[in-house]
Parts: sequence; structure tokens; C-alpha cells
Amino acid sequence: MTYDERLQNVTVLGAAGKMGSGILLLTAVEMADLALKPENKGKAFILNAIDVSPEGLSGLMNYLRGQVRKIAEKKTVWLRKMYADRDDLIENFDIIDEYIFHVLSIVWPSTTLEAAYKSNLVFEAVIENKDLKVKLLSQIRENTSENTWFFTNTSSVPINLIEKDAGLEGRILGFHFYNPPAVQKLVELITTDNTKEEVKEFALAYAKSLKKVVVPSNDFAGFIGNGHFMRDALHGLKEAEALAAEKNIPLYKAIYMINKVTQDYLVRPMGIFQLIDYVGIDVVSFIMSVMNPYHEDEEIEHHLLDKMLEQGVKGGQYSSGAQKDGFLKYKGGKVVAVWDIHKQEYVDLDKFQQECDEMLGDLPESHVAWKSTLRMKNKEEVLKTFFDNLKTLGTLGAELAVRYGRRSKEIGEQLVNSGVAHNIDDVNTVMLTGFFHAYGPVNNYFD
Amino acid sequence: MKKMRRKVYMTAGYNTISLGTGRREFNPKKPRPGIEHYIKEAGQAVLEKIGGADNVDESVIGNFMAARFNKQGHLDGFFPMIDKGLAMKPAVRVEGACASGGLSLATGIRHVLAETADVVLSLGVEVQNPVKAIYGADILALAGWFQKRKQGHAYFFPGQFSDRAGAYYEKYGYDRTRKGMARWYANAIENARLDPTAQEYHNTNPDPYGTALKMKPNGKVFVDNLSVLDCSKVSDAASGIVICSEEGLKRIGVDKKDAVEVIGFGHAVRDLTEDPKDLTELETIKFAAHQALENAGITIDQVGTVETHDCFSIAGILAVEALGLAAKGEGADYVDEGKTSRNGEMPMNTTGGLIGWGHPTGGTGVHQAVTIWQQLTGKAGDAQIEIPGDRPYGLTINMGGDDVTVVSIVFKRG
Repeated sequence: MTYDERLQNVTVLGAAGKMGSGILLLTAVEMADLALKPENKGKAFILNAIDVSPEGLSGLMNYLRGQVRKIAEKKTVWLRKMYADRDDLIENFDIIDEYIFHVLSIVWPSTTLEAAYKSNLVFEAVIENKDLKVKLLSQIRENTSENTWFFTNTSSVPINLIEKDAGLEGRILGFHFYNPPAVQKLVELITTDNTKEEVKEFALAYAKSLKKVVVPSNDFAGFIGNGHFMRDALHGLKEAEALAAEKNIPLYKAIYMINKVTQDYLVRPMGIFQLIDYVGIDVVSFIMSVMNPYHEDEEIEHHLLDKMLEQGVKGGQYSSGAQKDGFLKYKGGKVVAVWDIHKQEYVDLDKFQQECDEMLGDLPESHVAWKSTLRMKNKEEVLKTFFDNLKTLGTLGAELAVRYGRRSKEIGEQLVNSGVAHNIDDVNTVMLTGFFHAYGPVNNYFD
Repeated sequence: MKKMRRKVYMTAGYNTISLGTGRREFNPKKPRPGIEHYIKEAGQAVLEKIGGADNVDESVIGNFMAARFNKQGHLDGFFPMIDKGLAMKPAVRVEGACASGGLSLATGIRHVLAETADVVLSLGVEVQNPVKAIYGADILALAGWFQKRKQGHAYFFPGQFSDRAGAYYEKYGYDRTRKGMARWYANAIENARLDPTAQEYHNTNPDPYGTALKMKPNGKVFVDNLSVLDCSKVSDAASGIVICSEEGLKRIGVDKKDAVEVIGFGHAVRDLTEDPKDLTELETIKFAAHQALENAGITIDQVGTVETHDCFSIAGILAVEALGLAAKGEGADYVDEGKTSRNGEMPMNTTGGLIGWGHPTGGTGVHQAVTIWQQLTGKAGDAQIEIPGDRPYGLTINMGGDDVTVVSIVFKRG
């Protein structure tokens, strides 16, 4: 089966979810572009978008329409060539509309699993629940040919367990996109000892066509991305509690401070608590619970997460992509308040922000915003100057930041030492391309 | 072209800002003023300078494609909205693609020459930002022959002038041409920074020449032979001016020294359905500009400043050659040597031109006249250049489509 043939019938499970919808979009566009090739004229390309939620699927189609328009607007020059023989399509308007219709007509939404039975490739992007994944994949396996391959988007469950329990020997691999899949360049590729070479080859070709950066990870729960993020988050949670105790301040103030340190002082796109909210407190907690049993010498769990969930505060996102409130409360994408876990209410930033900022101390003048580093040619030099200043500053903020930076490095090295990542570069690539960090965690800035 | 049978003046010019990318106040995500706002602002500002709407006999508005950019036709009906005093008076909307503004002026001049009016309010307007550039390209492509749209580039007009640039590179050398084009861009930016209404007024690039030279054309993302810096931007703006007879000038109470006299003009069209004979020559511009000079009874060496239609930097270079300032194939060198800069031999586009000030397609012709009026009457503010006593004339060249419709006007201080 050629690359094009394999992509003639594909299924995405959990297509209406946050990750599933992005995977579906990228795959639909890839398939649509294949279908436009002269040699594929007249062949049917079908992408089954399967989800339990009809409302979600309806929302998915709207999402696709908007996103495909944006994609089409960026490649109109190419599309004009593809539609050169269509005399009825003259203006860019006509061509873009036709392309949107073309992509959408490839996508067949469905709420029943039977739709997947003729697929050559199944992407699994349902919630992080091993039993559910195994159940769905087993059922498809029982009803499809031996030639069907399975890609799971799990970010934490070891692939070999799914492989074994679903009876998919050699036919499955981990193809882990980062959120949002349409934007983040990274894909973690996880094979098992059994994964057939041709499955891996196809995965690499597919990733290349999607212009993704592939980082191979070994098959350990959490892989590289969550292996780092979860431990980094744990450090943040512990630091917040320790800070509250040491300074005798309410926890919400400490959460604000650690969030600020991890964003402004560490020059990251968002602070650690905002990132936990972005991913979802429930998802973070769940991933930790998946990882924890595989790490006997470590406790990958934190009672603050459980407490937040008990109080019904979960973070995550609305289907519109807007941020739900979690540790922090958001207005127009900006943080406006922090959850007080004792009083179970949000406390407005303006009531305590100044006091906390004073405790942290001023940032040195060499400070640089994360966004401005994106196009900086001398990024390393600028960061080195800033972090060097932090090391000698002596303020509370600087002290917390340096300790955080060191811990982040330690986590990165641990991932290599324990055999999760092949090397330091892979760890850094994951954090740079999957988490959009300005610099890799394994560096010399904080030594 | 017959000699001017009556003295014609222009005065009371006004430009709105040219809004679009580059202006700090431009935010594509926020609501912006509509076409009515621009018409009103420019119209009212002119009326204020001439003693009100009662002094106006007729009105003309030049506009290219409001019917598609703004889903609005019938623009002459907006004149009474500018001022109730314009109700029940003649008004007309004229269109000749990006020469619509020039046609607004030419129509006004003819009305005065025909003695049906002593005071004509002439406006030009285009509001393009409601439509994304990729769809705006479709709308602007209507300045070409629709039968050829299918085979054209997604960015149709950049595609047309990319072909012209490519032919020029091949004939006269890539590097020297790119240098001339980069210098054209740099001049445009430097001039625009001196005019607070210009779209590139806020541009702070310390080395626009270097930037333009470094940015190589890339056909994979845009067109083969032009970079985005070789192109005018998407603009929202309106300009207005009054065209009047000597009697009209008295009626509105404006001193001659605050007006410019139209000494002569040229107006020509080429067959829209035919390709240009020579891609490295702007035949209609050459014809119409020489017609204007001849009509005025002067030669190009008596002209002190030129406003030319640089929708693309290559069009600026080809206009230099069409005017006879440089021989064919030497226009790029002429520009690169700084001869068209504000301190050069022939200052061109002294408030930035289409690339620097902005290109509100149907408004551009009127904007050019306002700039010449400002320069010749000493009202150009920071952008003021010195007009030599032995070269007291100003010249405008306004082009529609790919050298299809051209209006060229010769001015002198009144």
C-alpha cells in the first residue's frame, strides 16, 4: 500500500476534542491535497471523524471551515495551479471556496465506531484512559483487516501496554502532537519493540508532509514532553507551598509569585500555573496518575491538584479555545485573579499584586520578554546576560528563578539518564518546539 | 489635445490619513471608519477652506471598486451627506481603475473649461481594508481584462508588474535594477516620514535601502520578481481639492498665490484587451505625460517636481524613462544615484508616493494633485522641498491598470 493509498481511508477517534480536532484538520488538508494530484483524480478520500458528541462534531465542522479558509488563503498561489483546468473557478474567491468545500467533503462525521472499519489508518485521540483506548482499538481491530495501522496520540500511557492489551502487535505507534496540533511543530514518535519498520516509515513521511519536527521518545509513561512538564509542574506546586509557609503568606499569593517567576524571570510563554490551567488541572492530575505507578522512586502526584478538583476548579478550555478559570482567573486571556483554596473564591490581583511584586524585587534592566526573544538573532547572548544578572541579584524572585532553572535542567538530564530520551538535544527540542520555550531546559544559564 | 481655452486653478487640497498596515492606529481586528467617513472628512475639510458648500457648482468623485470593497455603489449620492448645501446640485462618480482620482480631476477641469461650472469639488476615495489582501487582489484585478484573470497570478497586478520587472532584469541586468528599486523604496519611506498623513509616517527602519535590497523576490510565497517592499500597500483614504476658474477663485476668496494653475493636461487610454507591446516601457504614460507637457507648452527640464504612479517600484523606474529623464535601461541607475530623491535632480513623490504615502486606488490621483499644490504653494510642512525659480512646474502622472488609462497634469503656482 502506497502512502497515498493508505491515506485514502482514515479515522480519527475523539475527533471533536481539543487534540482530535487539530489532528483531523491537518489530516483532512493532507488528504485533500493528495486528492488534488492528477494521478489521484476520481479516487475517493474519506476521513471519518468519530466522536461520542454530536454537538462536538457539529462544532468541529465549523472549526474546520474557518481553519481551512485560513490555510487556503495562505496557499492560493498553489491552489490556482491545482485548479488550472477548472474554467469555472476564476477568482481567488472561487478557488478558496471550492477548496474549503473539497476539504470538508472528505470529512465524514460519525458517532458510531463502525465508520472506522474500512480505514487503513486510525488516529486515536480520546481521553487519557488506557482502558477506553484499549476497548475502542480492540473493537476496530476485530473488524478490520490486518493492514490497518494505529496511531495513538496518548501523552502518557506506555504504547506497549496498549499494543498488548488491544492485540495490535507491530501495528501501533505513539504519534503525539502538541497542543494545538495545527500550530505546535512538535510530534513525539514512540515505537514499541514490535512496531514494524514500515509503520514507522509511514509515520515519518506523514510527519514530514505536515512539516512537523519529529523527536523519538522511548516508551516510558509520560515520554519526554510530559516527563518534563509534569515534574516541572510538581516543582512549581511544591515551591508555592514552601514559599507560603516560609513567608507566612496565603497560598494564593505564593501561587501568583511562582507563576510570575516562571513566566517573567524564566522567560517562558506562560507561567507554570497558567500552563497547568491551559492543559487542564484534571488532565495534569490524570497524566500524573498514569505516570506515577511506573516511577517507584518518585512521587508524581500533588495534593493541591486533588483539592482543586474537589473544589470543582478544573481549568482547560472552552470549545472556542478560550481559557477556563483554574488556579488563575482569566479575562480576555489575561490573568485577573488567583484561587484562594481556603476560602474557595478568587482574589483579585489588584488587592495583592503590588505587595507580592515588592517581595520578589525588581527585575534587572537586562530583562527580556519571551515574545521578543522569538526573532532575536543574539538570543543566547541576551539570555545569558539576563540570567547572569539574576544569579547575582539576591532578590527573592531571582533566587526562586535560579532554583527553578536548575531543577528544570535536572529533570531534563534525568530524562536522558533514565533512558526516556535518547539525548539532551531531544529534550531541548521537545521543550523548544512543543512548549514554545525560548531555550532548552538543559543549558548552562543557571549553573 | 486643444489648448486650455480658460484659466483653471486648483486649491484647498486635503488628505485624510492613509490608514493600513504601518500606521500605529491601524488594528485589523478592530472596527474602522467606513467609506462614508472618508468622503465626509475630505469633503468637509475642503468646503471649510472655500467658504462652504454654497460656493460649489458641481462635484466629482473618483472611486475604483467600492461596489466590491465596501458593497457600495452610487457614490455621487454621498455629496449631500457631506453638506446639505450640495443637495440638488450636479454630481458624478467616475471610474478608470487606479486612475479614477485622475479622472475626477480631468472631469473637473473639463467642467470648468466647458463653463458649466466655476467651482468643482473633486474627491477621490478608496477603502480597501475591509477585504483581506488575497481577495482584494481579485477586486483590483478587475482593472485588467477579466478574460485574462484565469491565467493570471493569485496576486494579479503584482503578477503583471512582476513580469515587467522580470523583462527589465533580463534586458538590463538584475543587480543594478534591484538597486534602483531598493532606492525607490528608501526614497518613498524617507519622504513619507515627513508627512503625518502618510501610511509609512511611523516607519522607523534605520536602513530601508538595505532592507529592500536584502529582501529577494520569492515566487513561492509571492510573485517571481517583486518583493512586498516593491509594492504599494492596502490603504483606506480620501483626498479632496477644488478645481475652479478665475471667477471661481474670487468667489471662494482664495488668493492666487494659494492656488496652483493647471497649465496643461494629457489623458489617454490603451486597449485593455491587448498585452503591452514592450514590457519594459510604459507606453501610455509616455504618451499622456508628453501630451500634458506639450499642452502646457513646456519641456520636462522645466519641471521642478513629479508625482508619479509608483504602485510598484518598477513602475517608478519605467516612468523615469517614459518621461525621458533617463534613457531606456538607465532608469534604475538614475534612481539609484539619488536623482529622484527629495534633494536630487528631479524630486519625485515628495510625500512618499503610492509606496510611502499609500495607495487608496481611486483616491491616488487626487492625492497627487494635493501634494503638488502643497509643494508649489509652500504648504508641504516638513515635506517641503525647494522649487527652483527656473523650474516652477509640477507634474502628476496617474495610471489605471497596467498602463491602460493615464491622466497627467502640469501645474504652476497661481
